[in-house]
Amino acid sequence: MSRIALAVVTPALAACSGRPPVLDPGGPQAARIASYWWLNFWIAVVVLAAVIAFLVDTVVRRRATLTTAIVPVEPRAERRVMIGVSVAVGLTAVTLLGLVIADATTGRGLRSLSGEEPAVTIEVTAQQWWWDAEYWDPVPSQRFRTANEIHIPVGRAVLVKTKSLDVNHSFWVPGLHGKQDHIPGHNSSLTLKADHPGRFAGRCAEFCGLQHAHMQLLVFADPPEVFEAWRAAQRRPAAEPTSQPALRGRDVFMSGPCVLCHTVLGTPAGARLGPDLTHVGSRTMLAAGTVLNTPGHLGGWITDPQSIKPGNRMPASSFPADDLQALIVYVSGLK
Amino acid sequence: MRRAVDPPHDAVARVELERAWSTPPGFLGWLTSARHTSVATRYIVTAFGFFVLGGVLAALMRLQLARPNLHLIGPDLYNQIFTMHGSTMMFLFAVPIMEAFAIYLVPLMIGTRNVAFPRMNNLGYWIYLIGGILLWTAFLLNVGPDAGWFAYVPLSGPGYSPGKRVDIWAQMITFTEIAALVAAVEVVVTVFKLRCPGMALNRMPIFVWSMLVMAFMVIFAMPAIMVSSTMLAMDRLVDTHFFNPAEGGDALLWQHLFWFFGHPEVYIIFIPATGFVSAIIPTFARRPIFGYPAMVLSLIATGFLGFGLWVHHMFATPLPQLGATFFTVSSMMIAIPSGIQVFCWLATLRLGRVVFRAPLLYALGFIALFVAGGLTGVMQASVPLDLQVHDSYFVVAHFHYVLIGGAVFPLLGALLYWLPKISGRMPNERLGRWGFAVLFIGFNLTFFPMHVLGLGGMPRRVYTYAADTGWATGNLMTSLGAVVLTIGFVLFLANVAWTLRWGPPAGDDPWSASTLEWATSSPPPSYNFAYLPTVDDRDPLWSPTEQPVVTGLRTDVREILITDAIDATPDHRQHLDGGSIWPFLTAVAAGIGVITAIFTPWGVTIGAVLCAITLTGWFWPRVPSGREARRSA
Amino acid sequence: MIRRTLDVSTLPTIAFGPRATLWWGVVAMLAIEGTALALSAASYLYVRRNFVEWPPPGTIVPALGAATGELIVLLVSLSPMILVDRAARREEYWPVTVGLAVVTLFGLASLGLRAAQFYGALGVRWDAHVYGSVVWLLLGMQAAHVITSTVENALILAVLVIGPVERKDYVDAHVNAVFWYFVVATWIAVYALVYLAPRWL
Repeated sequence: MSRIALAVVTPALAACSGRPPVLDPGGPQAARIASYWWLNFWIAVVVLAAVIAFLVDTVVRRRATLTTAIVPVEPRAERRVMIGVSVAVGLTAVTLLGLVIADATTGRGLRSLSGEEPAVTIEVTAQQWWWDAEYWDPVPSQRFRTANEIHIPVGRAVLVKTKSLDVNHSFWVPGLHGKQDHIPGHNSSLTLKADHPGRFAGRCAEFCGLQHAHMQLLVFADPPEVFEAWRAAQRRPAAEPTSQPALRGRDVFMSGPCVLCHTVLGTPAGARLGPDLTHVGSRTMLAAGTVLNTPGHLGGWITDPQSIKPGNRMPASSFPADDLQALIVYVSGLK
Repeated sequence: MRRAVDPPHDAVARVELERAWSTPPGFLGWLTSARHTSVATRYIVTAFGFFVLGGVLAALMRLQLARPNLHLIGPDLYNQIFTMHGSTMMFLFAVPIMEAFAIYLVPLMIGTRNVAFPRMNNLGYWIYLIGGILLWTAFLLNVGPDAGWFAYVPLSGPGYSPGKRVDIWAQMITFTEIAALVAAVEVVVTVFKLRCPGMALNRMPIFVWSMLVMAFMVIFAMPAIMVSSTMLAMDRLVDTHFFNPAEGGDALLWQHLFWFFGHPEVYIIFIPATGFVSAIIPTFARRPIFGYPAMVLSLIATGFLGFGLWVHHMFATPLPQLGATFFTVSSMMIAIPSGIQVFCWLATLRLGRVVFRAPLLYALGFIALFVAGGLTGVMQASVPLDLQVHDSYFVVAHFHYVLIGGAVFPLLGALLYWLPKISGRMPNERLGRWGFAVLFIGFNLTFFPMHVLGLGGMPRRVYTYAADTGWATGNLMTSLGAVVLTIGFVLFLANVAWTLRWGPPAGDDPWSASTLEWATSSPPPSYNFAYLPTVDDRDPLWSPTEQPVVTGLRTDVREILITDAIDATPDHRQHLDGGSIWPFLTAVAAGIGVITAIFTPWGVTIGAVLCAITLTGWFWPRVPSGREARRSA
Repeated sequence: MIRRTLDVSTLPTIAFGPRATLWWGVVAMLAIEGTALALSAASYLYVRRNFVEWPPPGTIVPALGAATGELIVLLVSLSPMILVDRAARREEYWPVTVGLAVVTLFGLASLGLRAAQFYGALGVRWDAHVYGSVVWLLLGMQAAHVITSTVENALILAVLVIGPVERKDYVDAHVNAVFWYFVVATWIAVYALVYLAPRWL
């Protein structure tokens, strides 16, 4: 049934990019919500169709003109219609009660996942206009930070703790779960689980200022072994530069303004104002999903971030051309 | 119904009444007018002006979003545009126009000559106009508010919105809402105390009931936004900490206060629209409304329940789960009284004989669109589903279905229905039908795709989007639909313009309707009725009995009849004051205070002192009015 | 056929209490102001939950002297105001005029005591933290009502003294008595919340 509806409703709109994420669940919570959606959808279709059909039938059958005399109130017809209205009201109440029960069941199902022991805990601090993700570990030296792109193991519960550093934001990965607002002063959390490997797009869903439109979050669900490998790589300090340009690039980085805001583990750069760059080379996008992570975009982002994401917090920096090339090589190599 | 001849000396009485009640000619007369029909017409014209401005803003947004990654409008201007669009539509169009229809029609429908406080009515309009002009002036000077019409803190607070943009918004909102409160008080007192003899509460037209419920909701909801916007203004201007988490303030306090106002606000807009439909459908079904007691109780229930839903706007914030469940149930339950109203309208049509005219088309279109919008509303009452669609284009689709479908469509039908009464001319039926058809199609083309966009993950309030999101087709369809929608509005406005210029004379009662406004000329004289009517029926003009008229009111001065609040038995005669310049001066005084308060807290003091002066002038007794009292011990 | 008529020429031209439109207007305004105060009080209780200690550490519990003095002043002022109310209904010039003068003086005394609270007894500035902000809001909002009502009393008094006196002036005096009752009642509530509750909660 759902497939028929999807085929009818979304062909032109979904075009070649597939189903809308809310209706293409990648995890058990999104799946529960999608089921509840379909229940609502079909009820809505039936109710709307019934009302429209009744209206059309009434209007077509009982036409008159303005000079038609006032229709006298006839007790028998009134009583019949009164029963009809009462039945309609009763059906409405029963349907709503059914929806309340279905809603409660769905809610309980969603919360049951929170009871599971999380395999991974990530503290996501939202700020204008990027996502700071710290992977928690009982052993402090095993913790690591990344930004805007997080990896989670397939089939395991992941606890995402939500904090905000400045204004209200909202963590929304529609393919996996509903959203959770990041409200300063009110920390919260949500539990995710992915059923299959994949790339799930997320966005900030609470208006947070100038670049709210460019605050994307990517969630990569990896098979457990792949996830472990990724996590181990993230825990390691920055790769030692091997080529001459990369070495020069590291010097440029350490002697330039980059160190005022960014951390590269294993080097003197330890500031936490901006995203952690230790493994930025392995990320697919830059500037919270605004542009692809290519050397060209990286150069543009370093020298003129305001033209890519006007109003964002990174200031422009100018470097001599050779230094800039070296810097790009170095940063791209931080995989 | 055979028309009886009015009592003798009728011609003389009409001349005297005209002299007592008419507005002096010229600009000063216009400035000082205390006629409810004049003030209401001003409100309607101004509100439609703001509607057009708000629509232009919407067109700009649709232009920017038509294709991915367009650079027509940058983020700063876009944020101002959607803030101004929401603020204009909600504060400067929707509520004022509903109240305007109340101010025009309620005195006529209840059989009296004016509202209870005619000069306060005038005050409300000037406050509204000044507030609206100042907000738009700020926008045109590039200091328009840019934090959304809902201005969530901390984004709208002093830390993250520097400059005066949000201060202007906060002060203007508080200021303009005074006009809404003034009109609401006007409606409540007029409905309770000025009804003609015999019009007990259970004989009032449903339209009047809907305006009464709306007015009560305004009285209890508007204070919430006045308190919260005052708190925001103070956080920004004098360093209070209401919303500053670092000093124990709370960002969620804003949301609670705002939505405590914000949810009733949408019912304040919707309930009068149901009043329009409840006036139009019986006329074009040729029979009284079905289920009058159920309709009244549903209106009252909706009014009460509307105050118990606000947290459903906050489901994504950290909230206790039990609290959320309560609001899910209440948000679903409110569908029942709304459903009862829909079923009663359908029953009225079913039992009657349907006359196909443009106003009825809008009422029928409303039923379909409101049911659709209400169904998506019930969907969002559920927390799990809301957590997916909240703050996405799905919500934008939902509220435009209930606000345009559920309020603007009835409004357009109402304007066509009562245009003959207001202007004395009949609108063009063919243009009316074409306008409806284009509007209905254009509306659905514009807003239906937004449901899919929301399910596709598109958040609200984004100034652009990437090509690989899959949202391009939906956005293009929406933007093209907006063109059709615009054409529909142009056709509607063309009909109004045509009517005012070339419409044939309407006569007193072109629709053979049942309520009292159709018992006087079109447009009504300055005194509304030569003799105030009495009633013994819910549909007086369809009643076979010949009702007595009221005599004994003075015709040389403005005098009205005050009746009992419940059963409308005559109680006493009340002298009403005529036009005055003081309401205008008071509005200007308050405006000076509010504008100064944007920059310094002393603005409050300045405004208070200036208003004290103008209010003293307003209420100081005039030179011998013939009403002096004896000085008795 | 000439229509039947309902002759109202013998009806009175002024009325008091719920019979009067002005009474309804003022009661509607009081509903608005009362709602605003209630929401401010609710905000006070809402932000209270962000604290373990209340008032926050470093802030004194507000001193009772001036506020309790104001409470007594306002409660005592009810007596002349009720006198004004009743005399106004009987359109008695001298009791209304003298009574209004007395109530105006009580109003000014109340405002003096309120100033003492703002500038000392409260013991906190509006910009110290949210507690300071919200108590200043509550006291400030209610003070605005005291000011408005006192000014209105003074103005009606001025009209009565300067003249010409119209019958509707008595309705004004009576209706402003209703406003005054509201002012006293809301002070009792605000006093209890700001001055008594922190001692007991």
